[in-house]
Amino acid sequence: MIDVLIIGSGGAGLASALRAKELGADVLVVGKSYPTASQTSMAQGGINASLGNVTADSISSHITDTIKSAHKLCDNHMVEYICHDAPKTIEWLESLGVPFDRTAQYKVAQRQLGGASSKRACYAQDYTGLKILHTLYDTCLKEGIEILEEYFLLNLITEEKVVLGAIFLDIVTGEVKEIRAKSTIIATGGYAGVYRGFTTNSEGATGDGIASVLRAGGVVSDMEFVQFHPTALKSSATLISESARGEGGYLVNSKGERFIDELLPRDVVARAIASQIANGDEVFLDIRHLGEDKILHLMPQEVHLCRLYENIDPIKELIPIKPVAHYSMGGIDVNRELEVTGLKNCYAVGECSNAKVHGANRLGGNSLLEIISLGRLAGENAYKLNVDYSNRDNQQLQKEQEYIESLFEEYPWERNFYQIQDELGRKFYNDAGVVRDNTKLNNLLNELRVIKADIDNMGIGDKERKNNTNLVEFLQFKNILEVGEVILDSAIVRDESRGAHYKEAFPNQDDKLYRANSLYWIEDGILQNRLVKVV
Amino acid sequence: MNIKINRQGSIESFDIPFQSTTLLKALFYIKQQEDNSLTFSSNCRSGVCGTCAVRVNGKEVLACSYNYQEGDLVEPLAYHEVQRDLKVNKQKVRETLKNSKAWLQSSQQAEITQEQVELTQKQTDCILCDSCYSSCPVLELNPNFIGPFALTRAYRYTADPREGNIQSIVDTIQTNGIWDCTLCGNCTEVCPQGIDPKMDITMLRGTSSQFGYNDPNFQAMDFGFGGF
Ligand SMILES: Cc1cc2nc3c(=O)[nH]c(=O)nc-3n(C[C@H](O)[C@H](O)[C@H](O)COP(=O)(O)OP(=O)(O)OC[C@H]3O[C@@H](n4cnc5c(N)ncnc54)[C@H](O)[C@@H]3O)c2cc1C
Ligand code: SF4
Ligand code: SF4
Repeated sequence: MIDVLIIGSGGAGLASALRAKELGADVLVVGKSYPTASQTSMAQGGINASLGNVTADSISSHITDTIKSAHKLCDNHMVEYICHDAPKTIEWLESLGVPFDRTAQYKVAQRQLGGASSKRACYAQDYTGLKILHTLYDTCLKEGIEILEEYFLLNLITEEKVVLGAIFLDIVTGEVKEIRAKSTIIATGGYAGVYRGFTTNSEGATGDGIASVLRAGGVVSDMEFVQFHPTALKSSATLISESARGEGGYLVNSKGERFIDELLPRDVVARAIASQIANGDEVFLDIRHLGEDKILHLMPQEVHLCRLYENIDPIKELIPIKPVAHYSMGGIDVNRELEVTGLKNCYAVGECSNAKVHGANRLGGNSLLEIISLGRLAGENAYKLNVDYSNRDNQQLQKEQEYIESLFEEYPWERNFYQIQDELGRKFYNDAGVVRDNTKLNNLLNELRVIKADIDNMGIGDKERKNNTNLVEFLQFKNILEVGEVILDSAIVRDESRGAHYKEAFPNQDDKLYRANSLYWIEDGILQNRLVKVV
Repeated sequence: MNIKINRQGSIESFDIPFQSTTLLKALFYIKQQEDNSLTFSSNCRSGVCGTCAVRVNGKEVLACSYNYQEGDLVEPLAYHEVQRDLKVNKQKVRETLKNSKAWLQSSQQAEITQEQVELTQKQTDCILCDSCYSSCPVLELNPNFIGPFALTRAYRYTADPREGNIQSIVDTIQTNGIWDCTLCGNCTEVCPQGIDPKMDITMLRGTSSQFGYNDPNFQAMDFGFGGF
């Protein structure tokens, strides 16, 4: 019998697997892609820990900065936990062989990221996430941790709200299979992929785990909080890192005018850019004045990306940019033990979860910290839980098989869901993006519900069972609809501005009414919600 | 523009109604608008997840980082089981990482300088795209060859000051490992991350000699002349 089933093989999943294994658990990691293909590989900037290796720092300043950025929506206890655990987290990663850069004193080098009062982000060149993820992967191979690749989570198996494992589509064979375990950890990553075409996130960031918790009767929270990064390439939405502005790059509109102090916090800069674009202007990043030598030395990756995706030479030309969805603060609601609210024997960790460490806005470098530190905590807690219900009878597998079967038989291909997904991405960006407005949000919510109701007219054109990526993409699209509905509804309810959530009509933070987490769940087929005050 | 795709051995031709952009965009266009059944892998769209490597006109590229040209022939990676169209089974090839024990064998405390980090900075940029593996002619003759990326990774750990048991890695890569490489340099040429597995293999040969290993090919020759 598997002790701990981990769904998702990004940084959070692998960290929890290693910890549970270390304690003696029988672990199985299951993911829809190869572990090293996870979005964790994309993180560049760094991972926070107040080591003070470069500039003076303390755990308490790390806590203070994180709480400030959270705009009163975090759980201070959880923030304290990760900030205290951060130095140990780096030490652990070090012991596995993560190639962090070094100072002249042989210590882990640290750099400045936005919102931090010290140089706090440990980095491995511009590939921090990649190198952490690959080192974790190597260590999993070393420890003989079993990993099932290309298994797509369909649903959790529940019996009276107790999670008995999960049901997966084996992408390669096309079979629907169940995996039972004493406890289950969901580590399936974020949902900024809803903003398709307008996000730095990978194609797989479709909130699958979050949608599965909703369907299982569990609770999700704070879904309206999506962080936008101010500078991504206009046509491909590829991230241009903060360093371009940090090194002195300007933001200009098509008249060549600068319109904002480029070094203000991400959300402020993103709003300023969005307002230029809303007024019909275009926005560019101008780094030409830095000179060819400096540009090539400091930003070789950016130069490459500009040439590749925009077909421009940033040494001589302006870089067209737009702000895009970058990180999802909300997710599966968990308590301090990381147990999913409303379900038993089930944990969630990483970007898919809302452990209330980021509140209304995440600090750069804190999410890599979260996935490793809390990933390990989840592995520990899930293994400690020693009640085994996993042998209970359950009929769900058959239902799932029938559903997948029906997609091969009954669905006509009357409406192209890819096209709808692209349109929806654009609409989310325009109407539920950087600046929000209730009329637009309401219209989009109605539209989304119409699409949801029309799902039977969509489906898969590819009728081959094996390696059917068309099927996987369709299932992801359905998850986007479920997750998107909650994003919109919660954004409508929150009539204030706080952190990443901004409404022009309600520009102030309203602590009296909205210093609260917004909880969503499904009861008798109907989406329910409640605001729960932060204490 | 027109591109051709090798689908299970039959070459199909597709018209892309826009100017050259990334090959990945073209593949998505085909899948979403023309033929839902076209099968390929991708994820990050920005060259770090290692998922979308294919061969174009015989040469390995990342579909997300390559601008297609008129008439390009797109094929799946070589020496991988083709699952469908451009999608290949990388699971088996991942086994080479286990076979080469490419991890920190025994972790020791060490003072690490930035120079030492930079020594294997490139090697740790590897995204496991399998391009090098697909380009390696040795796999044609010896399917059990550990191959370039796993050897690069093994080298990276031998060069890490935290590694307390270099011998263990060196012992592991003698058979079907460093001596099977012909130093042809194909892997180095195709690596999208600018990694040089050929050089890393050469380095591992040096380390191996320090541990008393010799090139078995030469030994075999010695035997041929002086044996019996
Ligand atoms: C461009 C970019 C740059 C970033 N830079 C930084 C940075 O500098 N510092 C920082 O702290 N953070 C950064 N972040 C954020 C950070 O990378 C992520 O928050 C973090 O890596 C999430 O890790 P995770 O393990 O929770 O999820 P992921 O890495 O996304 O992994 C999710 C896993 O779940 C699997 N999965 C998903 N759905 C299913 C399903 N249905 N069935 C089975 N498996 C499934 C996936 O295959 C994957 O293995 C950045 C993010 C991006 C996009
Ligand atoms: S140099 Fe060696 S490993 Fe690289 S492709 Fe040639 S034979 Fe293969
Ligand atoms: S060494 Fe280069 S080509 Fe080979 S898998 Fe790594 S990144 Fe790809």
